[in-house]
Amino acid sequence: MNAATLKHIRYVATENPVTLGAFILFTGFVLLALFGPWIAPYDALASDGAAALKPPSAAHWFGTDSLGRDILSRIVVAAQLDFGIAVSAVAASFAIGSALGSLAGFFGGWADRIIGRIADTIMAFPLFVLAMGIVAALGNTVANIVIATAIINLPFYIRVARAEVNVRRNAGYVEAARLAGNSDLRVLALHVFPNVLPPMMVQISLNMGWAILNAAGLSFIGMGVRPPQAEWGIMVAEGATYIISGEWWVALFPGAVLMLAVFTFNLLGDGLRDIMDPRMRT
Amino acid sequence: MSLLEVKNLSLEFRTRSGTVHALQDIDLEIKKGETVGIVGESGSGKSVLSFGILRILDSAAKVTSGSVTFAGMDMLGASERSLQEVRGREISMIFQNPRTALNPIRRIGKQIEDVLATHTSTLREDMKKKAIEALAKVRIPDPERRYSAYPFELSGGQCQRVMIALALACNPQLLIADEPTTGLDVTTQAAILSLISELARERKMATILITHDLAMASEYCDRIIVMHAGHIVETATTADLFNRPRHPYTARLIASTPGPEQSIATLASIPGNLPDLRRNDLPSCRFHARCEKAQDDCVTGPLPSQAVRCLHPL
Repeated sequence: MNAATLKHIRYVATENPVTLGAFILFTGFVLLALFGPWIAPYDALASDGAAALKPPSAAHWFGTDSLGRDILSRIVVAAQLDFGIAVSAVAASFAIGSALGSLAGFFGGWADRIIGRIADTIMAFPLFVLAMGIVAALGNTVANIVIATAIINLPFYIRVARAEVNVRRNAGYVEAARLAGNSDLRVLALHVFPNVLPPMMVQISLNMGWAILNAAGLSFIGMGVRPPQAEWGIMVAEGATYIISGEWWVALFPGAVLMLAVFTFNLLGDGLRDIMDPRMRT
Repeated sequence: MSLLEVKNLSLEFRTRSGTVHALQDIDLEIKKGETVGIVGESGSGKSVLSFGILRILDSAAKVTSGSVTFAGMDMLGASERSLQEVRGREISMIFQNPRTALNPIRRIGKQIEDVLATHTSTLREDMKKKAIEALAKVRIPDPERRYSAYPFELSGGQCQRVMIALALACNPQLLIADEPTTGLDVTTQAAILSLISELARERKMATILITHDLAMASEYCDRIIVMHAGHIVETATTADLFNRPRHPYTARLIASTPGPEQSIATLASIPGNLPDLRRNDLPSCRFHARCEKAQDDCVTGPLPSQAVRCLHPL
């Protein structure tokens, strides 16, 4: 991170206000995830029977739920868990998927066939159902949600890495690196893979959105994170029953935050790619 | 003792549509510090030969006979590991399209440091200084600033200078320049070639200049090897080759090189094309079908394996 990089980030941000907006939202979410428990105005787990199902007010900006818990506090505290799940799942699928995909794309032949079939097998299932199955089989824990989310995202990384490495494996600089006495693995890791990172960045960012949605979805149907823990999916599930009776705020606010988070990551992808790729610098 | 010795090398590609006899009975010798040109039209096997010397070959390629000896080392029998040590340190290569030959997302200074780190024991704190020195050596203007430039920020000629800096970073004994000036404009071509020959002289480095441009080869090379369809058809010193070409192909190649006062209308061309190298019944002399001196024994008879590969030389 030197002065030129910072200057470039500033350039990308001012050139594209949408990217700037996405970065601001992203920073906000990261701060919530890091400091949520200290920012939250109320204890996310403390119930208060007298204040149950109160609409948004000055005291409770987003209202309270059926047990009188402050919804704003619960949303803020939940950011840590939701982001934690998404980041670890995406990191795992990126690490494993890009390694497998790069090997498949670079060496071809048997490696390509076997790794390609693994990706196809995973893709053959409806991904959310597969995630449900994995969590059901492994047990209802946060760690297993991470594993399930990582597995269903794996094929996307394998495919992007494979395709991007494949088009570059005969590039001039790859040949040049070989001629300069680098071994195949070294050429792949040092010369091909860094060139593949910008398109992968977009994938990572899109995937973060899906991963959050997936974790919330699993919790929504009662798998993974369990009440009373604060988590966006559970909060929407809890609020869903009250929408008909008129207490809309219980489901609306966590749902809206969830939507905003997914939205942020989708927009962030393009901006990240522009920053990662030196050819975009002028 | 010669630096590089290729003896009786034959190489073929086994492809789905048949076996391509890409190189046959190649004999050549490069001495320390000399500049040798390899000339021939596209598809004559010039590049395959240079990649074969470094043993960087497609998995479909198979060496069917012969040997390659570099500084006493058997290149065809050596382990991959010891070859990696030779590549880039003892034998370097630069090739056409310098733009694509540099890693687009690494700063050029770092790319030079990569080579130094792989092959030399340069200390980390000396790296930057050495890289800038290497850039200055190939006369890149303002090397301190260019050190942190990306390849796309440089012109084609400057990219080729960086390639030369990369290739020469470890003081190799042999430089293979495979059409180093293709895609550069004429004034840049001359500058790049003068730079290569000057650096080669200064380091007493042998150079193989692969080109299809006879005029260019004549200007920079001590000796010229003429290739046609996977054969070396003639080897001679530059002066002899131009004054007294012995092989009919060489003669026609020289006749088809445009001179300064020649008009396109009077420029000779060589009729026909390279034979299909997938054929199994290739004639002994693969120039046979295009040669006006061809006789029956050119098809079947054994050809001399001397400097001129022809039964009826001029």
